[in-house]
Amino acid sequence: MSNKIYINGISSISAQPQEVFLGVDPVEYSTNIIPAISPDYKAFIPARSLRRMSKVVKMGISAARTALLDASVPMPNAIITGTGEGCKQDTELFLEALLRQEEALLSPTAFIQSTHNTVGGQIALYLKCTGYNSTYSQVSASVEAALIDGMMQFLEHPEYKSVLVGGVDEVSKTISSFLYLDKQLKQEEVSNLQLFKEHSEGSITSEGAHFFSLSSERSSSTYATLQAVTVFQASNAEAVEAEMIQFLVDNEMPVAKLDLVILGNNGDSRFDYFYAHLQEEVLNETAQIAYKHLVGDYNTVSGYALWLACSIFRMGKTSSIFKLNKKEVQSPKSILIYNQYLGRDHSFILLKSI
Amino acid sequence: MNDLHTELKLSIIEQLNLEEFSVEDIDNNDPLFGDGLGLDSIDALELIVLLEKDYGIKLTDPDQGKEIFSSINQMASFIEAHRTK
Repeated sequence: MSNKIYINGISSISAQPQEVFLGVDPVEYSTNIIPAISPDYKAFIPARSLRRMSKVVKMGISAARTALLDASVPMPNAIITGTGEGCKQDTELFLEALLRQEEALLSPTAFIQSTHNTVGGQIALYLKCTGYNSTYSQVSASVEAALIDGMMQFLEHPEYKSVLVGGVDEVSKTISSFLYLDKQLKQEEVSNLQLFKEHSEGSITSEGAHFFSLSSERSSSTYATLQAVTVFQASNAEAVEAEMIQFLVDNEMPVAKLDLVILGNNGDSRFDYFYAHLQEEVLNETAQIAYKHLVGDYNTVSGYALWLACSIFRMGKTSSIFKLNKKEVQSPKSILIYNQYLGRDHSFILLKSI
Repeated sequence: MNDLHTELKLSIIEQLNLEEFSVEDIDNNDPLFGDGLGLDSIDALELIVLLEKDYGIKLTDPDQGKEIFSSINQMASFIEAHRTK
């Protein structure tokens, strides 16, 4: 079998319209908890089914279906979902009722749909897909864990043609606001477009869904090859730099040949030095872009970075709103995505053009 | 239509998130499951909870539900005969 993994279909639901990538003005928010822009869910999900679904499920099914349509795949061999915090809205509904009604007479719907694997299960039910179905909830590495499993599925099942992989998270009224308590959210409400100028603790958060149709076969819709994914823990920027260099060596990609890096800068003055170190040192000559000032930071936001990378491969360029430095790159051949969470959990995703 | 019928319709619309329905859309004799409102087995569980929470009626025999939940009229009659609150 070919050991290449192709990304043949992509989708994104986020706090920004997809056209931002093409230069359309981004939406400016003045709150630190930002909702995603909902598509017309009725175009993807029967109205009778919609009534029972929280936003995370609606976003997940819509994004999953869009990615499969993009790849012209009617039925994937497997569905692998990443979600950092799962179905928060239904969890809140259930827990609030639990308190209000003194643990009696609780709604079964909120309970049934409060588990993390609800999204993956609902996608399978919608598609009538009885193949492998797994959900990864590894905080900020949830999308990466799902991608690694997706790559391993092709190794274990050479007959597989398509694996649907994605990440989805939602905001909720109470649980999302807990992020203020340990200063993961900035204590003052800020404009998302000024995020990198704030120089204060914390960031902004949001929600979204990003799905990808992976395949062992190249097609007319192929965006890129998924070369490698890794997750690791490190507590200082030098260790991250060493990991990055080794990761690139392992994948025969000299730093000098890396065309573009997508960084997860989120404006948190406590941890953005992890990115700054790479920006100023080893990646100094590489074009650098960021995205969390547009779509916020949440556990599966690296799905947006992956969608962005695929879109850049397709279009050969991106809008200036993403750029962190003045290095220009046209039609990149290679893109590295680096994300970190609270200076502890780090990930790299390496992509190449076809 | 008496107040209980309206109250039941409002409760069902709210509890089951039937956003596309209003009270006027639901006839007292419409079947709640199948071709009528199109409710399913999870909705049946919600209705059992609703009976106990709002009217103090605890269904001990699940088969009773088929008859009780067949229409708004049937539900209202059962509630009037058995309610404890």
